[in-house]
Amino acid sequence: MSLAISLAYLVAAVLFILGLRQLSSPRGARRGNQTAAVGMVIALGATIPLLHFTTAGLVIVLIGIAIGAPIGALTARRVHMTAMPQMVAIFNGVGGGAAALVAVTELLDQGMHPAFALAFPSVLSIVIGGVSFAGSVVAFSKLQGLLTGTPMTYPGQQVVNGLIALAIIALAVAVLTAGSVPAFFVALLILALVLGVAFVLPIGGADMPVVISLLNAFTGLAVAASGFVLNNFALIVAGTLVGASGTLLTKLMSDAMGRSLANVLFGAFGQVVAGPAGVAGAEGKSVRSGSPEDVGTMLAYARKVIIVPGYGLAVAQAQHAARELADELERRGVDVEYAIHPVAGRMPGHMNVLLAEANVPYEQLKEMDEINDEFKFTDVALVVGANDVVNPAARNTPGSPIYGMPILNADEAKNIVFMKRSMRPGFAGIDNELLYDPKTIMLFGDAKDSLTKLVAAVKAV
Amino acid sequence: MSSELLNEFTFFVLAIFVGIEVISKVPTILHTPLMSGTNAIHGIILVGAIVIAASANDPLHIVLGLVAVTLATINVVGGFVVTDRMLEMFRARRPTRAAPEVPGERLRQSGSAK
Repeated sequence: MSLAISLAYLVAAVLFILGLRQLSSPRGARRGNQTAAVGMVIALGATIPLLHFTTAGLVIVLIGIAIGAPIGALTARRVHMTAMPQMVAIFNGVGGGAAALVAVTELLDQGMHPAFALAFPSVLSIVIGGVSFAGSVVAFSKLQGLLTGTPMTYPGQQVVNGLIALAIIALAVAVLTAGSVPAFFVALLILALVLGVAFVLPIGGADMPVVISLLNAFTGLAVAASGFVLNNFALIVAGTLVGASGTLLTKLMSDAMGRSLANVLFGAFGQVVAGPAGVAGAEGKSVRSGSPEDVGTMLAYARKVIIVPGYGLAVAQAQHAARELADELERRGVDVEYAIHPVAGRMPGHMNVLLAEANVPYEQLKEMDEINDEFKFTDVALVVGANDVVNPAARNTPGSPIYGMPILNADEAKNIVFMKRSMRPGFAGIDNELLYDPKTIMLFGDAKDSLTKLVAAVKAV
Repeated sequence: MSSELLNEFTFFVLAIFVGIEVISKVPTILHTPLMSGTNAIHGIILVGAIVIAASANDPLHIVLGLVAVTLATINVVGGFVVTDRMLEMFRARRPTRAAPEVPGERLRQSGSAK
């Protein structure tokens, strides 16, 4: 590695670290992303001029970039804010796939007995990159609705997954000791893909953010492993940074859901949902359903209203309608705030992004710890398309799958209005006793539609 | 262990600590953009993909190199653009209370009233 490249990689690494740091604070976040992008340009700019391209090599690099860049840019530009999580999943998956292919190519070129220092990271990169690619595709499909979001389980699934993992280890050992035969590491790649699919299938849609974050960390590690294969310092440092920060981020996310990572990944949740205990509790209890006019009057004469947005608001694209309602209420002197659960939406922070898109003032967005004590002084808690994050079962029912998850204390408000499309349970598949609370009024229908009607009703008061 | 490998291993271990340290105090609202941003950074695999594609001279290597470069480019370009889009939304806020009702109007006001 020449001096110029080394220095350029050092600059790039520093920019990545600075970028990550800026990304961790709201003020500098956007600049942080740009800083990291500059680092990327520098790393690429330093590498390319010093490579010895074959004609074919130059052509495929240009074609690859000419195909990949518009695909990446256009899909990223066009995607709806609500579809953001699956977009991140797919961008992550292709990175893992690229890392695996880089390692496959290097192994091909090294003959039967590559040095251990090269073969070992190659095998890691193939396995981790392959799992990340296939797992991300499944995560994408679940969030996009191509596959059902409910966990897919069958008897003996853990055993089958375990056997796949064992086969991978056996093949890896074979590549490292018996010799690097193409058939072996191609089989390794295929098994890694199978494991990626098998690993994500039993995990429910609500847990996908955690899984995507984990796969993101995986890809980081696969890239770092490829860096060891190619003796490339930039890949090692950038990949490891992502691997480490991604792992921490994964832990923070599962903490926000009040669960351990192992619990998210290894199906305890899935089994409960699959069991009969799920939705059965609904019979024999009655709900109170109201008209937009009733609710509008109640809101107009309230002193304090807290809006609890959930994924239902996001899918209905109702964030603008919610802001209109809030504006209308504020004009009448009602104090309006939004209570944001850490996992509202499909990813931590997802709801903030959506509401910011609708120009909701930042000061009105309150995080859970900040606002939970205010519910008892609140006249109306308006729950828009959220369910599990206000389910008191998380506090009161030790047997419940969400028991222990921190929730918003919407049940302490004087009145609760639930805007839902139906009585269907939330993403976790569990019944919510708050729906049957005497203080609760149900407002059935599409969230955007209902909010628009509420705006009209409040104006009419 | 060769000295180069030892060097690489040192960087690897140090980068683990930096990676954990640098994001340990991130607020929840930034988790999604941060995940997306780190996702873009591992797009550095494009450097690796170009390195292996550069020397391609037979059909197998051409296919592998082409696919690797294409996938890595999608990762890096899509990753940065999508993160930028998310963070763009955080900027367009803090409208004044008495702002008029036209959404576009609010946006422009909040942009200049920073």
